[in-house]
Amino acid sequence: MTTSNYATERETTEGKVFTVTGGDWDEVVSGTDPINDERIVVNMGPQHPSTHGVLRLILELEGETVREARSVVGYLHTGIEKNLEYRNWVQGSTFVTRMDYLAPLFNETAYALAVEKLLGITDEVTERANTIRVLMMELNRISSHLVWLATTGMELGAISIMLYGFREREYILEIFEMITGLRMNHAYVRPGGVAQDVPDEAIVKIREFLTMMPKKLKEYEDLLSGQPIWTERTQHVAVLDVTACLALGVTGPVLRSAGLAWDLRKTMPYCGYETYEFDVPTHTDGDVWGRYLVRLAEIRESLKLVEQALDRLRPGPVMVADKKIAWPAQLAIGVDGMGNSLEHVAKIMGQSMESLIHHFKLVTEGFRVPPGQVYVGIESPRGELGVHAVSDGGTRPYRVHYREPSFVNLQALPAMAEGGLIADVIAGGASLDPVMGGCDR
Amino acid sequence: MTAPNDRNDNGGVPVPVTPAGASSGAPAEHPPSSPAGRGMFGIHGTGDVSGFGGLVRQRKPIEETPRPYGGYFDEVRDALEEAYPAFGDAIEKVVVDRGELTLHVRPERIAEVCQVMRDDLALRFELCSSVSGVDYLGADERRLHVVYQLTSMTYRRRVRLEAAVSAEHPHLPSVTAVYPTADWQERETYDMFGIVFDGHPNLTRILMPDDWEGHPQRKDYPLGGVPVEYKGAEIPPPDRRRSYQ
Repeated sequence: MTTSNYATERETTEGKVFTVTGGDWDEVVSGTDPINDERIVVNMGPQHPSTHGVLRLILELEGETVREARSVVGYLHTGIEKNLEYRNWVQGSTFVTRMDYLAPLFNETAYALAVEKLLGITDEVTERANTIRVLMMELNRISSHLVWLATTGMELGAISIMLYGFREREYILEIFEMITGLRMNHAYVRPGGVAQDVPDEAIVKIREFLTMMPKKLKEYEDLLSGQPIWTERTQHVAVLDVTACLALGVTGPVLRSAGLAWDLRKTMPYCGYETYEFDVPTHTDGDVWGRYLVRLAEIRESLKLVEQALDRLRPGPVMVADKKIAWPAQLAIGVDGMGNSLEHVAKIMGQSMESLIHHFKLVTEGFRVPPGQVYVGIESPRGELGVHAVSDGGTRPYRVHYREPSFVNLQALPAMAEGGLIADVIAGGASLDPVMGGCDR
Repeated sequence: MTAPNDRNDNGGVPVPVTPAGASSGAPAEHPPSSPAGRGMFGIHGTGDVSGFGGLVRQRKPIEETPRPYGGYFDEVRDALEEAYPAFGDAIEKVVVDRGELTLHVRPERIAEVCQVMRDDLALRFELCSSVSGVDYLGADERRLHVVYQLTSMTYRRRVRLEAAVSAEHPHLPSVTAVYPTADWQERETYDMFGIVFDGHPNLTRILMPDDWEGHPQRKDYPLGGVPVEYKGAEIPPPDRRRSYQ
């Protein structure tokens, strides 16, 4: 090829200047098929109001039909798993809570269960600690499903439900604030138990929530279930059957909406879930509508679980008795969140040298965990949340890997979207309920 | 693009000169690179008087667990042995620890083993819950381990498969043909550990940027923190603080 065909050159005082003509473009264009090649590639996200977070979708469209869909993740990667390896085991809970920010208590509980299994103290976790964990997780499941309902409604054009969903979630966050000192990123569930006991005011507030919530659920249903736009946008949309779910590793409400009642709380119980009375809601259509119904029903089941957990709360310790593991301080909520209780500080600084030494050792150095590896899976609002924790015998995790349901479930998006309409990509993606903080970790 | 090993700059954070005579209450660095790293009482070195800082932990080799294992583990092993003729060749070790069964698999056999684990009627591990890696630097010649968590929904069982490859030849077959869900998880393992899954349809980085250099979860890859200044004291990044073994 000679350059003169496409670019003529001439000498100027600034140097050689090429003039590009691109003479073969007519030839290139005539080679395309105007009927079948009307495909355009559309980039959605990572900053897009309907992609449920910083998710980027690359869609190849033919008219309004999606021919190929590819998702790009990683925009929220913060290296939490790597960071964990440089802090001690207890500090880990402050990191993992920031992964899936809509379900922080699940991240913490899964982590705590893994560390406890490594330590071999699973059975020593007190009854009250387990009950509080169940209580908090189920409240968290409700708040997470409410955000799902709110954002999905908004993405499909129902703005009112967005306001209502966030309003009720706010109520749960207030409960969390009363108990843990923080609305999110609690670091409340710690290896060995929970950071502190539930105050009495919080119990009253949860009871109020239990009487208020069923009415609100009725409102949501009145607002959405019979509404023609909502049903048109969700029924028979983004269908994924059980086979596809299993192949793609999709768990949680999406799998249950396809008809398989697989819920780790029932099938592989932890934290004493086997002693609670609740049902696993399923649906058979495997569409967005089914996922909506399953999630609403799960909120009702979670309300039942919260009520049972409240009835079971008996006074008792919330941390294991082993002083080599239990965080030494009795934490208390101050004006600026959770911190050391003043009585404890007065004791270690003024009365007991041994307490001070003990406190110092455990806080700066941490406890040792015998070498080995474990895998613990729990049922988060989005599916199986697994923790693979490896210890080399030291005071810091050797490796912690989170099997994040958001990450795994997002693989199903092309299977749901391809062949459907572009509007249904939004409905399908939203119905997976991906939380990018968890997905990218 | 920030090169991972480029740690001499302070990430754009201006570092003030420590006033003369000031002592820093910062966590001791090992070894202190500047007078600012000296402890409160003018200690040199690590300041560790407990002796723990000098301990070197010996990692015991993982040992095969003798039979019977208890629980469903014997059944799983027997079923796999029966369904998979190359069992003796493929399975290096069977370890039961903390109520979990781990089958150490020769890396080149991993896809075959997964196929049998999924399809055999007595095994039926339909769900591949998780694929990830662990870097046992210094403890194992084949330092990079790939860990597969399989779940049988029919029998409600879990099994862990572990395959070890060396950093010089980090190759093993992809299991995406058996478990499509392993797609992104193998990409993540490649991204973080540099383990190459042969036969994967699209083995590219997934969490890190496409042009990133290095594999961050490897143990010889630094954390990449920057020193933090707080009230005049400089606190070293977490991977350069004194560590308790």
